[in-house]
Amino acid sequence: MIAADRPVQRPPGARLLVVDSRGEITHAPRAKFVEFLGPGDLVIANDAATLPASLRGEYLATGQPIEVRLAGRRSLAPDDVHQFAAVVFGTGDYRTRTEDRPLPPSLRPGDRLTLGPLSATVERLLGHPRLVSLRFDGTPDAIWAGLARHGRPIQYAHVPEPLAMWDVWTPIAGPPVAFEPPSAGFALDWRALATMRARGVAFATLTHAAGISSTGDEELDRRLPLDEPYRIPSATEVAIRKARALNTRVIAIGTTVVRALEHAAARDGRVRAGEGLATQRISPTTQLRVVDAILSGTHEPGTSHYELLRAFTDDKTLRRANDQLDAHGYRTHEFGDSVLIERRARLPWHETPGRVIRTVSVATAGGNHPAGSQPTVCTLQSVRTA
Amino acid sequence: MEQPSHSDSPDPFTGLRVAVTGGTSGLGLALVRELTRRGARVAFVARTPGRVEQVARDHPGAHGIVGDVSVKDDIYPIALQIVGELGGLDVLVNNASSLGPTPLALLADTDCEDLERALATNLVGPFRLIKAVLGALAASAREGRGGVVLSVSSDAAINAYLRWGAYGASKAALHHLSRIWDAELAAEGVRFLSLDPGDMDTPLHAIAVPDADPATLKRPEAAASELADAIAAALEGVAA
Repeated sequence: MIAADRPVQRPPGARLLVVDSRGEITHAPRAKFVEFLGPGDLVIANDAATLPASLRGEYLATGQPIEVRLAGRRSLAPDDVHQFAAVVFGTGDYRTRTEDRPLPPSLRPGDRLTLGPLSATVERLLGHPRLVSLRFDGTPDAIWAGLARHGRPIQYAHVPEPLAMWDVWTPIAGPPVAFEPPSAGFALDWRALATMRARGVAFATLTHAAGISSTGDEELDRRLPLDEPYRIPSATEVAIRKARALNTRVIAIGTTVVRALEHAAARDGRVRAGEGLATQRISPTTQLRVVDAILSGTHEPGTSHYELLRAFTDDKTLRRANDQLDAHGYRTHEFGDSVLIERRARLPWHETPGRVIRTVSVATAGGNHPAGSQPTVCTLQSVRTA
Repeated sequence: MEQPSHSDSPDPFTGLRVAVTGGTSGLGLALVRELTRRGARVAFVARTPGRVEQVARDHPGAHGIVGDVSVKDDIYPIALQIVGELGGLDVLVNNASSLGPTPLALLADTDCEDLERALATNLVGPFRLIKAVLGALAASAREGRGGVVLSVSSDAAINAYLRWGAYGASKAALHHLSRIWDAELAAEGVRFLSLDPGDMDTPLHAIAVPDADPATLKRPEAAASELADAIAAALEGVAA
C-alpha cells in the first residue's frame, strides 16, 4: 500500500473498503461511511486527545541529546502525571526512520534527564534498555504546562511536514491522554455525527490512552500494545445495553475502542462504566463479546493492529481484502484510507429467532475508482425477523 | 442506570469543570472567585505569568494557565492544560477581550492592526479555543454533566457607539458566532450563551472611559454572580 504522507485528516478522496459479515468486499468513498449503518446501530469512538508526547532534551550525566517518547501511564487521573513509561531515542529526529536512529545512552535507575522546562528521573528499566519508567519533578500543573509548552506530537518519517497538535487531535478529541492519535477517529466530523443522528444511529464515546504504534525496535514492538488505561462513561454503558436489547450492532471506531470494550466485558460479557487498565491482546483466538464491526485504518500483516482485525474475520478474507487494498491503491498509515470490517457471522447469530438479518441494497456511488472496478455503495439495513 | 441530572443535585457547580479566559483581572477574576466559591473546579487563562501565579495562590484549587488566546500557537497548549488539568470540561467562559485602539478611536483613525488585534482576541481566539475543546464539551453533554460556552458580550455589539468600532464590530461578530454555534450544536447538547454583563468598574472600562465615575458602574462581583446564575440555568436546560 501507499503511505499517506500528508497530515490531512479527511481528504476529500478518502476511501473505504467494507468487509461484511459474509466476507463480501465493497469499495466506497469514506464520506459515505454512515450509509453502511442502520437505525439502532451504536457507534463508539475513542475521544482521547493526543499528548505532545515527544520531548527533546539532554541526558544530564554526559550532556548527550536525547528524545523521550511518552508511551504509557497507569491511570487517566488528571493529577497522576508524574510517572510515565517512555521509549528513549538517541540523537536525530523523525526525519530519520526510527529503525535507523542511533541508540540512546544506556540509562540506569537514578539517571537524570532535562526535557526543556521539565526534569525527570529514570526510575527503572522496563525489561528493555530503551523502555524506562520516568518520574517527572514538580506539581501536576507544572508538568502539564511543561508538556504543553515543550512537547511535540510524535512524528512520522513518512509524513515530511512536522505534525502540529491540530493535526493529531480528532474532531471529537477530549481528555489529552493518548500518546499517538486514535487515528480511526479522523474519519469522523460533526456532520457525520449529525448524519448518524438523522439515520437513528446512536453515538457514544470512551476514553482510552492509545499507546505508541511502533518504536523502530523489533523486540520492543513485539511488546506493543503496552497496558492502556481507559474510562467508559455511564452513558456509554447504557447505550451498549440498549443496542443489545435491540439486537443492533456495536461499531468500534478504531482498535483502541475494541481493546477497551472487550477488556471491560472480559469477566462476564457485560460492559460496566468506570476506569480500567487494558492488558490483553486481541488476536484470532479472541472471542469478541461486545464489538460487531470495526472502522479502522488499513494495517500491514504482522502488526498488533492487524492481529486484532483477525479476531473479526478469517485470514482468507483478510488476504482478499489486502489484495483489494493493494490493487486499488489504498493509502495506509494514520492519515490514510479506512476499512470497515464486520465480524464474521457465527451460527448462533443466524439461528437465534428474532436476531437481526440484513438486506443489502446497492446504489451507484460517485468518487474516483480505477477502471474496471464496480463503484457501488452497499446500504446495510437492519431488518427484524419475525 | 441514567446519570443523575443536575436538577437532582443541590448545587450545579459542585465539581463542575469550568475554564475562564482573561481570569486575572476585572470580570474574569471575579468569575474565578465566584465559581471557585460555588464549588466549581476552575482553570483560568491569562497572559502575564506573575499575575497567573498570584491569582492561583489566592484561589487554592484553581489552575492557572499562561497563554494568549489571540495567538494561534497558544491555543492547543491552552486547551491541553485546561482539559488535562480538569480531566474534561463542562463550561468554557470566553471573557478575555481587547478594546482595539487605546485610547478608543474613531474608525477612520483606527489602525488596521488594532482592528486585527480586537478580532484576534474577541473573535478568532474564542473560535479556535471552542474548536479545540468542543470534543470535551460534547462528551460532558453526552454524560449529562454540562456543555456550556458563555461568551462575554457587550451592548457595543448591538449599538453603534462612536469610537467603539473595533471592539463593537468584534463583539457583534462573536455574538452572532455564538448564535450559530448554538443552533448547530443544540442536538449535541452543547449550549452557547452570549451575554452583556453591563458597564463594570474594571481595568478595561477604565482604559475605555477614563472619566467614568466608578460609583455609577456595576461591581464586577455582581456581574460575575449574574453570569454564574445564567450558567446554572443553561446547565439545567442541558440536563432537562
